[in-house]
Amino acid sequence: MANMLSGGEIVIRALKDAGVKNVWGYPGGAALHIYDALHRQDDVYHLLVRHEQAAVHAADGFSRSTGEVGTALVTSGPGATNAITGIATAYMDSIPLVVISGQVPMAKIGQDAFQETDMVGVSRPIVKHSFLVTRTEDIAETIAKAYYIAATGRPGPVVVDIPKDITDPSYKVPYKWPENIKMRSYQPTNKGHRGQVKRAVKTLLEAKRPVIYAGGGIILDNASEYLTQLAQQLNCPVTNTLMGLGGYPATDRQSLGMLGMHGTYEANTAMHHADVIFAVGARFDDRVTNDLDKFCPHATIIHVDVDPTSISKNINAHIPVVGTCTAVLKEMLSIAEQLELEPDAEAIKDWWQQIDQWREDHGIYTATRYEPSSGALIKPQDVIKALYKVTDGEAFVTSDVGQHQMFAAQYYLFDKPRRWINSGGLGTMGFGLPAAMGVQLAHPDAAVACVTGEGSIQMCIQELSTCNQHNLPIKIINLNNSALGMVRQWQDMNYSSRYSQSLYEDSLPDFVALAEAYGHVGIKVTRFEDLEEKMRECFELKDRLVFMDICVDQSEHVYPMQMPGGSMRDLWLSKTERT
Amino acid sequence: MKRIISILLENESGALSRVVGLFAQRGYNIDTLTVAPTDDDTLSRLTLTTQGDDQMTEQMVKQLHKLIDTIKVVHLTEDLHIERELMLVKIKAADSDDRAEISRNVEIFRGHIVDVTASTYTVQLAGDSDKLDAFIEAVREIGIMEVVRSGISGISRGDKFLRV
Repeated sequence: MANMLSGGEIVIRALKDAGVKNVWGYPGGAALHIYDALHRQDDVYHLLVRHEQAAVHAADGFSRSTGEVGTALVTSGPGATNAITGIATAYMDSIPLVVISGQVPMAKIGQDAFQETDMVGVSRPIVKHSFLVTRTEDIAETIAKAYYIAATGRPGPVVVDIPKDITDPSYKVPYKWPENIKMRSYQPTNKGHRGQVKRAVKTLLEAKRPVIYAGGGIILDNASEYLTQLAQQLNCPVTNTLMGLGGYPATDRQSLGMLGMHGTYEANTAMHHADVIFAVGARFDDRVTNDLDKFCPHATIIHVDVDPTSISKNINAHIPVVGTCTAVLKEMLSIAEQLELEPDAEAIKDWWQQIDQWREDHGIYTATRYEPSSGALIKPQDVIKALYKVTDGEAFVTSDVGQHQMFAAQYYLFDKPRRWINSGGLGTMGFGLPAAMGVQLAHPDAAVACVTGEGSIQMCIQELSTCNQHNLPIKIINLNNSALGMVRQWQDMNYSSRYSQSLYEDSLPDFVALAEAYGHVGIKVTRFEDLEEKMRECFELKDRLVFMDICVDQSEHVYPMQMPGGSMRDLWLSKTERT
Repeated sequence: MKRIISILLENESGALSRVVGLFAQRGYNIDTLTVAPTDDDTLSRLTLTTQGDDQMTEQMVKQLHKLIDTIKVVHLTEDLHIERELMLVKIKAADSDDRAEISRNVEIFRGHIVDVTASTYTVQLAGDSDKLDAFIEAVREIGIMEVVRSGISGISRGDKFLRV
């Protein structure tokens, strides 16, 4: 006799068979059969959040820091729509997630039933794929497909919408977990075309001014090792995108830091002058390229990506290669070994001399390019530097969105992949804290810092309660400037400092008292000389969530900053200096 | 420039909406769209026409490929192909002059009169879109009451075929 299970039991059993150990979620009417099945087992651990958006961000943070597929479980209607921002965030950054949503019973679909939303319809443009399960017998296979689709090819979120009657405890069917998933309509490409890969290697070896432009694909595909090996073999400069930080060790000499809108002078200038750009796992995002017509005028573009739609979408690739970063980089290494070609040492030496000059001239790592902190004036950059120092550069750092995100990306030097967790594509304020919950769950003994601002943190601050319930000792580093810093910066630069709705005036809560009200520790820092010591105090409280509220300079801007309509190297270097 | 794209996709609920949604969310228009199951009823064959340059069309074809339900995509206008459209036109046919004029045109265009009432003729016509346009112009003055066009269906010429 086969194992007879109800739909609710099948959902949980299938999660277990998919290798899922924890699920973030929030119960509600249409999901209650599933929640009851969850209650009667110990294989899958569920963490109750305070808002469904946070459930998805937490699953997302878990996935980004481990490489595994994250899982969220929500109910129909408002549960499902609250999850949407989280799903869109994961979609834009290609994060593998499975989001299971309850749905009203089959017979009620289309009747405007209580808590009914067409989840498959609402989520359609922001998912890799979605399913509406219509038979109990199909649940296991659908969940197996969902995990397979989420994790393979270009990863992404998959929604599985399950009507309540399908999970009815009184209707039991035989359970069977499909060991192999085969879909005639979905066969992602892995290996690159050998001829193209060979051309890519040759072009890179013959380059006189090459730059490797490495994106989030390196992280997603665990390809850092091969990227590092190839770059070092070629003595080629490497710049990482916001999503790719940690893909190449930031403290290495060959790292130029981040490129793009707030990228370093040396990275952006090197890109502009490059004769060959090797783009790998990156997608020529508008926050990287600046004006497409002025983009890197001298460069032959080699573009490796697992997703053919990313290639020649914004910038035409001269040598396109469709394949996973790992497979293609490995093949490049093996071809480079076979070819009797060496990089032009003389030309590469001159190129490095030029780059080192750029670093010397305007690099943010060769000198401090902002006014120093002192007394009550705390520069946000110095907070990140203190964080880096206190955590020995080993922390997992999540961030929200705005100036603090850019300062963290610039000044926390990530040497390892999966340590920098941020919403790059969608730019979701409120991402940082719930994402940190997922990271902390996956790495219970690690230092997990959520770098945030007083604007972003208030978008998911209710999760302080979740952290209390599930003992997640996150360190919140709140760069509090009493303003929406990036909005204010743009208003300074483009709207003659008319601060339309970007100032909090006296309305902010006492964050220390707030943290304490949730059962956590709060620390306020108002003077620069206390910063490092208080930061140490914060990280010494290993078992507690600590909320560090740090008053930083409101007038500070993020630099460098690309000038709109310019090329990559057209930058503001400070409020008064430009290239 | 007019582009005809042909797609073989899983005959599953939601598959069509993903194709249509893709065009809307990427800011492209669909001019015509036809879809029906094939001889294998687990598959749907869809033909759509859109306007765009080479780069846009290449991007659309790639995006369509990327949909999980899509099995094959072919850009028909890139190569030799046959395109056909079906049209039904209801025309005022109250007096004998009009009736004669309609009949003459139906013969010239190789159509059929498929329904007749005391005051109307309904004409069926198949062919490429230009032919259908020309027929409409030919009978416009008589008085068109209703036009229904199926949108273009297409198939490549020669030995090539679209199949699983």
